[in-house]
Amino acid sequence: MTSARPNAPKVMSRLELTKRLVAKLKHDEAVIGGIGNTNFDLWATGRRPQNFYMFGSMGLAVPIALGVALAQPQRRVIALEGDGSLLMQLGCLTTVGMLKPKNLMIVVMDNGMYQITGAQPTASAQVADFVGIARGCGIANADWALEEASFEGLVERALATEGPSLIAARIDAKPSDATTERDPAQIRDRFMRGIGAKQ
Amino acid sequence: MASKDEAKPNTRGWHEIVQDTLKRNQIKLAPYVPDRVLTPLIRSLHEDPFFTTFATAREEEALGVVTGGWMAGMRGIVLMQTSGFATLPNVLASLALPYQIPLIMLISERGTLGEFNIGQVMVCRTMRPILESLAIEHHTIARHDELEFIADRSIKQAIATQSPVALILSPLLTGGKTFTH
Repeated sequence: MTSARPNAPKVMSRLELTKRLVAKLKHDEAVIGGIGNTNFDLWATGRRPQNFYMFGSMGLAVPIALGVALAQPQRRVIALEGDGSLLMQLGCLTTVGMLKPKNLMIVVMDNGMYQITGAQPTASAQVADFVGIARGCGIANADWALEEASFEGLVERALATEGPSLIAARIDAKPSDATTERDPAQIRDRFMRGIGAKQ
Repeated sequence: MASKDEAKPNTRGWHEIVQDTLKRNQIKLAPYVPDRVLTPLIRSLHEDPFFTTFATAREEEALGVVTGGWMAGMRGIVLMQTSGFATLPNVLASLALPYQIPLIMLISERGTLGEFNIGQVMVCRTMRPILESLAIEHHTIARHDELEFIADRSIKQAIATQSPVALILSPLLTGGKTFTH
């Protein structure tokens, strides 16, 4: 096993990585966007009906994605989450590690801060290593993206092999330029139709 | 005097009635944070391949799982005790209610009718005010002969109206958690 977080992973753009991720999705994969900038940049990449956007309920992107993954084992499901959000609900990684859903992939956008509330540092700015944490929770396929091409390669591998998997990426402090629509019922209805749960 | 046949349905334990009612309503996904009183139900669900049941680290997490399951076409329920419910107001207000999720909660009531833990007593007092402040339908089930009707109708109503519901299992029904000294 390689060491978890490399000493100096490249600090990348969240929007750029999100674009590259979405460009790899060819099979109506479901994407659950965690609150804040993670969600906003997912929104900025286009209006996929298989995207679900959260408001509040900070930390629940992975549990929601797990529920979708259990209900539709034939569909790949991706949880897009920020570092602060995942730290709030770290226990969910132990549940994922225990259940080992083959179709679940987690992407952590880690800028080491609660950017949207005033850029206060998170524990991942200093000590918390999401890849090490994920492996300790039983998610063996957990890796840091070293740079953009490495991120794309990890996404391709995660989509092509059995999960669960986790990809962590260091990102910069830039806030998103976009905001999602603010109609939860509409978001939920569109998502359910997008993944075939509602006609 | 009732015949043996007529009396038979009432010989089912409360947990068997809950299990049957969940199956009849196609509720398959059952994450939980455990509780001593719920143990026979949790054990039955684990033994029945119809159900996908597992412990989560927190009740919020279980609510997220059931929300995802519902949106993807699998009905679910969250099992918890009173103190676990008290961790949920934020996710009820920001996920289950605005997204119109038929979140079904089964809550073993601690903190009353012979509680020995003062913390449970204090937190129990918050449960119904929280449910009422969020206008969430809730029923306290105390009688064995009313359990199936209340549970079955409440599940159907939650799904038909895309609204959360809380089924509170009173110690009068379950026996609660007792202490001897």
